[in-house]
This record gives sequence, C-alpha cells and structure tokens, in this order.
Amino acid sequence: MGEKRDVLGLVLALVSAVALMAALGMVFLYAPREAAMGDVQRIFYFHVASAWVGFFAFFVTFLAGIGYLVRGERRWDILALSSVEIGLTFIAMTVITGSLWARPVWGTYWTWEPRLTISAVQLLLYVTYGMLRASVESPERKARFAAVYGIVAFVTVPLSWFAIRWWRTIHPDIMTGGEGMAFTPKMGHTLLAALLAFTLLYATLLRQRIRVERAADALARLRVQRGRLGG
Amino acid sequence: MGFLRKVWAIVVKDVAAELHTREMVSAMLVFSVLSLLIFSFALDLRGAVARAAGPGVLWATVAFASTLGLSRSLAREQQSGCIDGLLLAPVDRSAIFFGKALGNLIFMTVVEVVLLPLFSALFDVPLLLPGVLLVVALGTLGYAAVGTLLASIAVNTRAREVMLPVLLLPLAVPLLIAAVQATGRLMEGASLGEVGGWLQLLVIYDLLVVAVSMLTYNYVVEE
Repeated sequence: MGEKRDVLGLVLALVSAVALMAALGMVFLYAPREAAMGDVQRIFYFHVASAWVGFFAFFVTFLAGIGYLVRGERRWDILALSSVEIGLTFIAMTVITGSLWARPVWGTYWTWEPRLTISAVQLLLYVTYGMLRASVESPERKARFAAVYGIVAFVTVPLSWFAIRWWRTIHPDIMTGGEGMAFTPKMGHTLLAALLAFTLLYATLLRQRIRVERAADALARLRVQRGRLGG
Repeated sequence: MGFLRKVWAIVVKDVAAELHTREMVSAMLVFSVLSLLIFSFALDLRGAVARAAGPGVLWATVAFASTLGLSRSLAREQQSGCIDGLLLAPVDRSAIFFGKALGNLIFMTVVEVVLLPLFSALFDVPLLLPGVLLVVALGTLGYAAVGTLLASIAVNTRAREVMLPVLLLPLAVPLLIAAVQATGRLMEGASLGEVGGWLQLLVIYDLLVVAVSMLTYNYVVEE
C-alpha cells in the first residue's frame, strides 16, 4: 500500500499558515487600539475565532454521529472523533483566552458570566465524550455510543446557551452594540480574518487527524494479517 | 399487543420488581435525606439562606439521588439478563425506552413525594405550591428521559456506575438552571406567567430529549 502524496492536505496547511500570519498581522498592526480596554482587547479576535471553531467542531461531530447511525461506516466515526479532539483544543483555548482577557478588564480570571460558562459546559461535554469512548472496548459499540452521545449532547447545547444567557450578562456585547467596546469597521475586518484563518486551521487539523486515524486502522489490519500468517 | 400495552407491561414489571426488593427507592430516599443533612450544615440552611439556596439544594438533591436510581435500574436489567429477554421479544425498541423511562419517572416521583414535604418542613420554605409542583414534574420528566438513555449507555461501559453522572450532568445543565430559576421565582410568589420563559425551556428540553432518545435508543441497546 503506497502512501499517496496528500496534495489537498499540503495546500490546506500552506493556506492556513498564510491566513494565520495575515490574521496575526491584522490583529496587531491593522486593528485599532481599543479605547477603553487598550491592547488587551486584541485577544478578542482569537478568542471569538476559537469559540467559533469550538462550536462548529461540535456541530460536525453531531452530523457525523447521524451519518454513522444511518450508514454504519467507520469513516463517519473517524470524522466525529477527529472533530471532537480538535474542538476540545479550541474550546480550551476559548476558556483560557477568556480568562486572560477577564483578568485586566473585569479584575478576575473567572466570572460566572453566560458565555464563559457555556464554553466551560462545552469543554466538559467534549471531555465526557472522550471519557465515554475510552470506557467502551468494542470499536463498533464505541462508535455507536459516541454517536448517540454526540447527538443528544449537541441538541442540549443551544438550550444551555439560552438558559445561561437568561442570567444577567456582563460580557461585552459587540453585535447589538450595547455596553462594551466601541466596534469599528477595521475591527470587523480583523475579526473576519481571524475567523477565516481559524476555520482553515480547523480544516487542516481535521484532515491530518483523519489521516492519522486511518493509518492506525491500516496498521491494526496489518498486525491481524501478520498474526494470521503465523508471525 | 399495542405499543402502549407493551410499554405498560415493562413499567408493571419494573414496579413489581421494585416492590419486591425496595432497594432502589429506599436507597434514593435515604440518600436524599442524607443530602439534605449535609447541605443543612454545609450552608447553614436557616431563614433567608434557606429561602435563597433552597431551590438549588432541592434540585441538586433530586439530580444526585435520581442518578443512583437510574444507574441501578439499568444495572438490574442487565444482571438479571432481563434486557436480553426484552430485546428478543417482538417489542419495538422505543417501547423499551418508554417503559424504562416511565418506570424511572415513577420511582423519582415517589422519592419527590416524600422529599418535598420534608424539605418544606425542615427548612421552612414554601415548596408545596401548584407552580412548583408543575416545575418539579417537568424537570423530573426530562431528567428521567435523558437519564434512561444515558444509563443504558453507561451500563455497557467499563466504568459503569461512575460513567452515568459524568455523562448525564453536563447534559442536564439547561434543565437544572431552568428548574432552579423557576422554583426560586415561584417560591418568592411569582405567578406562572412570570416564569413562563423557564417553563417553556423545560417543555422544549423535555420534548427534545424524549424525541432524540426515542430515535436513538435502538442503537444503544442493539447487540
């Protein structure tokens, strides 16, 4: 089995590297210094972008879970598993950047603020998804349980969001232009660049993670074959 | 046999088994009382503190005690080999889900029938209001549904009993927030209309988890 050159993966990696550098440049050079919060506000672009990927990755796992239950094919399970692992990283990044931002702005690393709380809930969901997978032996059953859990967990996320939101919020509300920061067009461009760069990074990582899992499957198959041949 | 008759047969079986051993409901009840005891000295539950923390203490107790029962309900099914019989029987898998969930709902309700008056008496908080009872009913329904689905998964994992609360609690976040908020507001004398948003959230949660469980239960119990 010759290893094919992964052209798409290579292109994705290059494009996301360029996009990330560009986004980083825009965050520090193009976006204006926020009047009230100062430079610390610049963490916002990557904070929001990683939150977006953290949520989107879960959505992919949800769809892959449905795909697995309907089709029963291993590739859907690989997609679900890969997306969860990457999502976990990004949602952890969201919580960490949120805390770093909260410290100078609100004077505390952690506050039970709605969006920070929902990120924490999502982080826990990712962790429990991983624990569930680790706790089931049979690969087929593992995939089935994980698919069901991914689906029911994803369905409750919007409800958690509403429930947590109905508590009072002190989060800077950029979209409705309420209290919070003064949002300029340049900030909007920078945010879009960061979102694009992080989404590309997600696609790159997803592609590589899927390849790793496929390679692991192939290796397991080879081991079984060698065993049969009396190795 | 119609769908409802099948569901009912499973419920009757579970209730009969429980009446015989009484191990599940009694464990949940004793645990609930112990939980109240722990909370009472952990938070010094008296007067204003009891009224402020009461809804949270109540729901935490219900959530943890129910987890015990849910775990046991599915573990018993497996130890006795009864689940294999159910799967062999010409019964729709969603009928098994509804039967088990309804049984768990009944056990949880029995515990709450004792817990609520006890709670109001011990901490002098007004819990026995029609609105609060509605919130308790809605919250228990959703918890029993999603709990039955996840307990059926957890019982097949290596960690078993340990897995259920870990899987269940993050999913119960919206339900618990809505239930605690609605209970608190109603205790302060709010009308049902004033907590309409939270009640809607509970109803939507219940409908969603029942629908998802019904659709996916087939894949959970499949051998």
